[in-house]
Amino acid sequence: MPWIPRGLREGIVTSRYPRRPDGYGEGFRGTMVVHSGRDGDHRIALAAEVCPTEAISIEHGQPRLDRGRCILCGRCAEVCPQVFGFDPSFETSAVRREALVVPDEHEDDEAVEKVRVELGRRVKALRRSVHIRHVDAGSDGAEEWEVAALTNPVYDVQRLGVFFTASPRHADLLVATGVGTAGMLEPLRETYDVMPDPKVVIAAGVDAISGGLVGGGYAARSGLTDSLPVDVFVPGSPPTPFGLLHGILLAVGLLPAGARRGQRPSNIRSLVRTERSAPGPASPEDPPREAGP
Amino acid sequence: MTADGVRVSPAVRAFSEDVLGRVASGARFCELFASAEAGGARLVAVLADGGALDSETVVVPDEEGQFPSLTPRLPAAAWYEREIHDLFGMEPVGHGRLDPLILPLAAGSPRPRPGSGKPLDPVEIDVSPLPAHLRGEGVFTIPYGPVRSGVFESIEYLVETPGEDIPHLRTRVFHKHRGVEIRFEGMDVEAGALLAERCEGVASVAHAIAYCGAIERLAGVEVPEAAGLVRVIHAELERVANHLESVIRHAEAAGQAVAYARLTLHKERVQRLRARLCGSRFGRGVVIPGGVSGAPQLGAGDLFAAIDQIDGPARGDLRLLMATPSFVDRLRGTGVIPPELAQQYAAIGPVGRGSGQMEDVRFARPYAAYGRLGHQLLEPRLEGDALARQRVRLDEIAGAFHLIRQAVDRLDQVTRGAPGWTVPFDISLSGQALGWAEAPQGEVLYYVASEEGRLVRVKPRSASFHNLGLFHAAFPKDVLTDFAFIEASFGLSIAGVAS
Repeated sequence: MPWIPRGLREGIVTSRYPRRPDGYGEGFRGTMVVHSGRDGDHRIALAAEVCPTEAISIEHGQPRLDRGRCILCGRCAEVCPQVFGFDPSFETSAVRREALVVPDEHEDDEAVEKVRVELGRRVKALRRSVHIRHVDAGSDGAEEWEVAALTNPVYDVQRLGVFFTASPRHADLLVATGVGTAGMLEPLRETYDVMPDPKVVIAAGVDAISGGLVGGGYAARSGLTDSLPVDVFVPGSPPTPFGLLHGILLAVGLLPAGARRGQRPSNIRSLVRTERSAPGPASPEDPPREAGP
Repeated sequence: MTADGVRVSPAVRAFSEDVLGRVASGARFCELFASAEAGGARLVAVLADGGALDSETVVVPDEEGQFPSLTPRLPAAAWYEREIHDLFGMEPVGHGRLDPLILPLAAGSPRPRPGSGKPLDPVEIDVSPLPAHLRGEGVFTIPYGPVRSGVFESIEYLVETPGEDIPHLRTRVFHKHRGVEIRFEGMDVEAGALLAERCEGVASVAHAIAYCGAIERLAGVEVPEAAGLVRVIHAELERVANHLESVIRHAEAAGQAVAYARLTLHKERVQRLRARLCGSRFGRGVVIPGGVSGAPQLGAGDLFAAIDQIDGPARGDLRLLMATPSFVDRLRGTGVIPPELAQQYAAIGPVGRGSGQMEDVRFARPYAAYGRLGHQLLEPRLEGDALARQRVRLDEIAGAFHLIRQAVDRLDQVTRGAPGWTVPFDISLSGQALGWAEAPQGEVLYYVASEEGRLVRVKPRSASFHNLGLFHAAFPKDVLTDFAFIEASFGLSIAGVAS
């Protein structure tokens, strides 16, 4: 009995994302961005050298950063702050592996759109409600916390028709985490195989996308892309709940237009502005409700 | 159990006797691991005696390839010896149950031998199901996992049961084995901290502190006070998040929907506070060799306000949960580990403290800034059930907030000067050292060996690995529906077990 008022005590704490922009605010290490500013070629080269996961490459003198490998350690931003910097955006998931490399090249756009439309056609039947099966294929354990956080009252994915299911036979969407350990490849494959069509696969986290810092040893693959037909890539080490939510909505074609192009954060400016103008010590989960995008 | 008729040199035999003798005279067994050397493998046993850590060591020559097992007299060594057998192929003679633990290699596959500096090609493993141990009418095996029902890390429990009781339980943890130990080899000491954070992701801060502690000991430096205080703040927030996670899993298993919603909200607030402090919801990148990466992004006033916003409501909900009979009844008398058993297995962390093993590394061997902060000693608990472990966690949550407030206050004073966040040291280090920290799961140990700034052998030992060896012993009086509670009351991370 005493629990009933407890549940009501704080009113609505749930985020309105994706209808309204939401996030953790400035200073959050959501993703790494590549600014157009110049910082001397030797500094860019140094940044590429200090990157522990070889996420930075230099093509035609231009730095390119692979978010599918970036573990957000910030070593590049330390040695080359004019070019590399953290950004609080979390809308970074993509439907093509290549699209995780930033800055994106223009010819990518068309290819990305094509894949998205194709995926959209495949998942048409899933738009009203989608059931997720999660499989850990060798994560560091943090990914599971972030996936599970989607059911807490702040993210509350049930409000969007997204549910977790125990049986892969009831699942539409496979969220796979981890580097792909030798011991998990078979159970992962079996889980995927018994899921009914149409089915979508999300590789959640850089470990699952590329192996990150850990993958590639004697007992682990470099991610899950060789083992499963991955449809959506959610970067991050680990990916945040908002990042995962963006990936899930991208997978089932439920993102409102504008929030769709993950690799180019569309709503950062409005997000930052509303965070700043929030009166008083805003509660951390209080979304910027008044200001629209 | 001496190894009669086998080739064991007197030195190796003396090593075993020494370790067993030390434990018999009151030292706590912390870990046993091996490291490849030219012509053999070095065994290292780490023991805690009073406040201090020290080790016994011996080289087992390749032509011997075996050593007398400690397990018959020291059950706590059972998993360590199985791990050594998996990684090196050395045989602990007299072990009794040498099933593969973290790496069931297919016949003929080479062993990884960490420390040898030789990268290994991907290995073949043999994942065939285990035969049943129990025989009897109507006895059958329920495999839980490795793909669990829910968002959990992968692990496989084989429950052999006549229907309701759990007379026999086996744990298979190899599915998640990533070979992290070998990934350290060849890294520079700074990148090693990033990998340490990923050994056991939910205890990133504790792992980074333990790893960096070893590096700092090797370099002979002490971190500045401000850095120590920042480490305390992040480590304690990590503890609060992990302990809440454990309670959340209990509440979920008990069907306490409102409690589940409330506690997940509190945990989310803790994770967001951590993100506001450093940009990462797991405190990653904060602890670096020699100190911390910088000042917290929140000032003392904001930080106090944020702590108040979590502490009060969370404590109220936890108090109510512990006064909810339909919840407490599921925990009382469930998964009992008597103090004698906990001592035999040298149980650590909340699992140990629920059964009378009170040592807490934060205060027994103070690191970071713990030595400068006041704390209350926990009330000893001897019941050993899931409820006792839960009470330990609730006391520790209160203690964590107490420590955070002191640390923030002290940090505010220290930062009025111009504090250093790191202590400079020459990173081309050579030698080996141990580092430690009290993770939410219990004591984490790092053995680090470096040659001119390159890591040649790193052995992380998580509390999860140490305590999971005891898990099977918690079931004699329990039934299948208690399983989820007992698992949650251990509060372990499988990534840390099988890293």
